Amino acid sequence: MSPPATALDGQRLMLLNEIAEFNAAYAHCIDDDRLEQWPDFFVEDCEYQIIPRENVDLGLPAAIVFCDNRGMLIDRVVALRKANIYAAHYSRHVLGFPVLLEAGQAAIRSQTSYVLLQTRMDGETRVFSAGKYVDWMVRTNGLLRLKQRSVVFDTHRIDSLLVTPI
Amino acid sequence: MRMSDALATSIPRSVDARLYHEPAVFAEEQRRIFRGPVWSYVALEAELEGAGAFKSTFVGDTPVVVTRDADGALHGWVNRCAHKGALVCRASRGRVNDGNFVCVYHQWAYDAQGNLRGVPFRRGLKGEGGMAKDFDLAQHGLQKLRVSTLCGMVFLSFEVKAPPLEAFLGEAMCRLVRRIFNRPVRVLGYARQNMRGNWKLYSENSRDGYHGGLLHLFYPTFGIYRPSQESAGVVSEEGFHNAFTVSKPSHTGGYENYQVEANREIAGASGGTQMLRDPSVLAFRPEFGDDIALLIQSLFPSVVVQQIQNTLATRQIVTRSVAETELVWTYFGFADDDEAMTRHRIRNINLVGPAGYISMEDGEAVELCQKGTAGAEGWRSFVEMGGADVVPRVAPIGLDENAVRGFWKGYLSLMKGTIEVLP
Repeated sequence: MSPPATALDGQRLMLLNEIAEFNAAYAHCIDDDRLEQWPDFFVEDCEYQIIPRENVDLGLPAAIVFCDNRGMLIDRVVALRKANIYAAHYSRHVLGFPVLLEAGQAAIRSQTSYVLLQTRMDGETRVFSAGKYVDWMVRTNGLLRLKQRSVVFDTHRIDSLLVTPI
Repeated sequence: MRMSDALATSIPRSVDARLYHEPAVFAEEQRRIFRGPVWSYVALEAELEGAGAFKSTFVGDTPVVVTRDADGALHGWVNRCAHKGALVCRASRGRVNDGNFVCVYHQWAYDAQGNLRGVPFRRGLKGEGGMAKDFDLAQHGLQKLRVSTLCGMVFLSFEVKAPPLEAFLGEAMCRLVRRIFNRPVRVLGYARQNMRGNWKLYSENSRDGYHGGLLHLFYPTFGIYRPSQESAGVVSEEGFHNAFTVSKPSHTGGYENYQVEANREIAGASGGTQMLRDPSVLAFRPEFGDDIALLIQSLFPSVVVQQIQNTLATRQIVTRSVAETELVWTYFGFADDDEAMTRHRIRNINLVGPAGYISMEDGEAVELCQKGTAGAEGWRSFVEMGGADVVPRVAPIGLDENAVRGFWKGYLSLMKGTIEVLP
């Protein structure tokens, strides 16, 4: 990452705030357990993956979650609700301010750090995952939506299991 | 050391819960099993391509490094400097181009084989200090381990008394390893999962066919009814190793119909069941010239080899402490896979691993057993599903705990010292 090449202007400020607002809503959607709405943050033809930084650094493609359409996101939520067995927990995402990488017509690219805290029902809160979103957003009817979100996580020794999206 | 009561009274069909909790048992396991006459999986040769390649990992809780030297030979050594015991190799993997592994603390330098090559100020300076005149580099190398490979899987052993690798695994297990590793593989990535439980709980879990359809509810929830699959479990002679195989659904008449069939079954069985929006995660492309769609092969003491649809992986068991176990998943495909096949494997990976639809619960099960057996002095498990003995083969799977008893039979024979040398 380089220092910003131009002074902040109104247009970039607006876009950065729009991305930050989008990300905040995304995080609260998950943290408030409104997972059925989580796929709405994506366009139909999307890609979402959760991949260890270790693999990204090695140039290896395997992700622990890999969805390449919105239907697969819905399947993840249905499985979480109906099928998978896991310890009940709260999620709490704490997001950094986005960095704008590209602000084109076809692609708005940005990345944003996150820390995801997990609190199990014994009341103890742990850092479950730290990492970053690497995003490609597009406009649908004028509104930002995710075309692609790669969750690149530093915390590559996962505590027990991962079921809730990041 | 006196054998703990928990060990002395445990039998394959009923083990004392303290085996999951006593630090003394854990220490004894490191000595008798992980540093004993067994072979522990540590790497794929595909991770060690070219001279100077290395990988740091563990055998049990002992840090080890596996290397490839300039002549292409593999070596293994304990990652512990002969001087002060510091880790010599600090990176998880990489390549040492000059052939030297140098401890950062005092720059003792070792070659890829683990021989000590140099000690700074060995002769002192201007007549002061230095090592004694009779200091012999050859006497201060790293602790070397035996290395053996089977079709690109790399194993280490601490013990000269370990039988040859293929004898240790037995012919039935070797045949299944050769089936998967039938041509050069390519690593697709790693996933690491920390289980808050003893390593033996996971070892039981991977040999437990009984829990499959009961804990992992993904298939039944999505109405994927698969009645006509043939399955079998094969346990090695002394009980240590196990392989479950499940064939493709025979009534589909071919894998190309599998996905369509699965969808139709989902639709047909939709009384209360969910629909999968995208069943491509289940898609299966035969690639081994047989009907096996699922293989879970547990090789004592440290690895599970799996083929679930087209996901291929090794799961290395790292024993972090008596109550914590790391599972390292190494996903791979074949070197000749095209881009579409790689993408297909990566979609299939949704099924497995720490976030896998049909595997994530294993972490939860291990943790529940660790928590539930805390403080359970004198409590013993009851492992008698499908009988009380260990038989070489069961079919179908899912109605017995034969391989779990096999694990305990092998484990207890090593821990109680009733077998010193494996076959």
